[in-house]
Amino acid sequence: MTIKTVLEAVHDAMQEEMRRDETVFVMGEDIGARGGVFLATEGFLQEFGENRVIDTPLAESSIAGVALGAAMHGMRPIAEIEFGDFIWPTINQIVGEAAKVRYGTKGKLNAPMVLRAPHGGGVRGALYHSQSVEAFFAHTPGLKVVTPSTPYDAKGLLKSAIRDDDPVIFLEHKRTYRLVRGEVPDDEYTLPIGKADLKREGSDVTIITYGLMLHHCLEAAETVEMDDIDVEVLDLRTVRPLDTDAILATTRKTGKVLIVHEDNKALGIGAEVSAIISENAFEYLDGPVARLAGPEIPAMPFAPPLEDMYMIDSEKIANSIRQLAEY
Amino acid sequence: MAEQTSDHENGAFERAVRAAADSGITKPTISESSSTNQESSKTRLSNKKAPDSPDLLSMYRRMVLCRTLDERIWMLNRQGKAAIMASSQGHEAGQIGSVEALQKGYDQFYIYYRDLAVLLELGLTPTEIIKGFVAKEGEPLSGARQFPTHGAHPEYGIINLSNVVATHIPQGVGAALSAKMKGENRVVIIYFGDGASSAGDCHEAMNFAAIHKLPVIFFCENNKYAISVPLKNQMAVGSVASRAEGYGMPGIEVDGCDIIAVYEATFEAAQRARSGQGPSLIEAQVERYLPHTSDDDDSIYRSQEEIEEAKKRDPLKMLKDLLYSSEVLDEEQEELINKDARQIVNEATEEAEDAPYPETDDFFKHVVGDSSV
Repeated sequence: MTIKTVLEAVHDAMQEEMRRDETVFVMGEDIGARGGVFLATEGFLQEFGENRVIDTPLAESSIAGVALGAAMHGMRPIAEIEFGDFIWPTINQIVGEAAKVRYGTKGKLNAPMVLRAPHGGGVRGALYHSQSVEAFFAHTPGLKVVTPSTPYDAKGLLKSAIRDDDPVIFLEHKRTYRLVRGEVPDDEYTLPIGKADLKREGSDVTIITYGLMLHHCLEAAETVEMDDIDVEVLDLRTVRPLDTDAILATTRKTGKVLIVHEDNKALGIGAEVSAIISENAFEYLDGPVARLAGPEIPAMPFAPPLEDMYMIDSEKIANSIRQLAEY
Repeated sequence: MAEQTSDHENGAFERAVRAAADSGITKPTISESSSTNQESSKTRLSNKKAPDSPDLLSMYRRMVLCRTLDERIWMLNRQGKAAIMASSQGHEAGQIGSVEALQKGYDQFYIYYRDLAVLLELGLTPTEIIKGFVAKEGEPLSGARQFPTHGAHPEYGIINLSNVVATHIPQGVGAALSAKMKGENRVVIIYFGDGASSAGDCHEAMNFAAIHKLPVIFFCENNKYAISVPLKNQMAVGSVASRAEGYGMPGIEVDGCDIIAVYEATFEAAQRARSGQGPSLIEAQVERYLPHTSDDDDSIYRSQEEIEEAKKRDPLKMLKDLLYSSEVLDEEQEELINKDARQIVNEATEEAEDAPYPETDDFFKHVVGDSSV
């Protein structure tokens, strides 16, 4: 085991896969000589050369569209969108096209591509460097959407995403990049897409979350120990497909569920998780399924007090846990 | 039209033969690392010839078949049997001439919805095509999940994923990037209309292909209308090809009703692509004789006189005139060709109409792969 950051885990996953499989290549803005704006591809140009490390023009639709074309013809591209906020021009190629390759050709073609993007806020990124983008892609059959929270998960899941035969949207929370450290095995491993992970066991209240919020939730779970509330924390890790079995198992166990995500609440991941619980485990509930999520404003403001008002922290989560526990 | 005919008579045909002979056509070789198509493609490459008289006659026969099929499908729509049809009438020479210049079964064809002749040229049968229009079992591109002519046929190198105009242009560039990375000698031709040339994806794709000198032929079938929007509202410049300079690639304007001119231009672009010189943009000036689709009414925005004028350079008639003038075709043979085409299309219609609709058993299949991690 070695202690790594999320960023190092992402870097290592891509590097190992490019060494393992010569059809894997990376493309995106500033990923060559610069090594990526966050340095996720640092050293790649030197190791793999400019044929497999392609600095693209500043044109996101073609980053996705060219990657898709290469994926349909035997390559395994990893396309980087510099910030999640710049991902919208790819919607046409990803939601409109990549997601429908297999279905629209009745399985004759498939698109083994990964679209990576740093996303999320709490980094003084303002409206256009803070957005959460997962719900837009997670709505679409044909896509897989992965939102890791730890270095171990990021590496194992990214390796699986690269080996996956379908388009995978891989969203790395940029605040976790250097903030979150953790043990990563030195030996080869992968983690299954579509499987949630129980990050903390408890018996009174379940929190279901993913991404950066996992860490705030674990902190809040510790905080409410002094209130004698025993909290279970389920990390979804993948938001499409959702791990329905894990969601229902923890619901049946605690009977009280709080869903926490940074993305705004309306029609977000929490809405779907809540509906799955209501449809399948209603009789196990001892209280309403609660959601703590981003506010209904278009995006995260810049000034520190405004950003703080947007962001969910462990204190806000602890309060929500207490309310639900008392219900 | 008069100029066009005289152009043929003045030796365009001879130039085509000479161009092919001079172009070192046997030189391209297929890289060792290429696909299982390698052997057959190599054979085809070295045997490839410019169209000579028998080939032109064969191309005429195929053009008649396409026109006959196109007319039949339009009729099936009017009979309420085919839900929608985008006619290729007026585009046939551009489509057949370009495919003829490329390697079937090896090169990749990113087509769009008006490319009926490309499908026929690459090997789809009239029965398979009509099955697409009547959404019957056995439709080979998407199993009748998609609109007619959409889906893919990897063995034939046909990809037509989507109805969204211009999205396939960057995808075709990605296919070319893959070919280059794998060291293959494959060319990707991307067909699109004048409307698609306005889309951002078209610009992004051309820029990307030119930067990386990818083996792409951007083939614009300019019929001067995007549904109802005429060229003057589509672009301020005189031609799509003129934009090529801005990307650093050759732009070639060609009479898309002149099958030999299209063949020559495409052949040259393919040579450039295969020899690592990068992409080309060909703008084939074609005509659209029918409304955008069977759901459109072009009388609202286009005069009958304009359409009649356009029909004077009907690609079918132009090739026929050439064959008559060079005494390769006579009335008796022409009638035989027409009769054969009608018979093929009649039989195909019957077979397609008699076929069942697809079963619903696999409705949920192929959303994502079962073998995925």
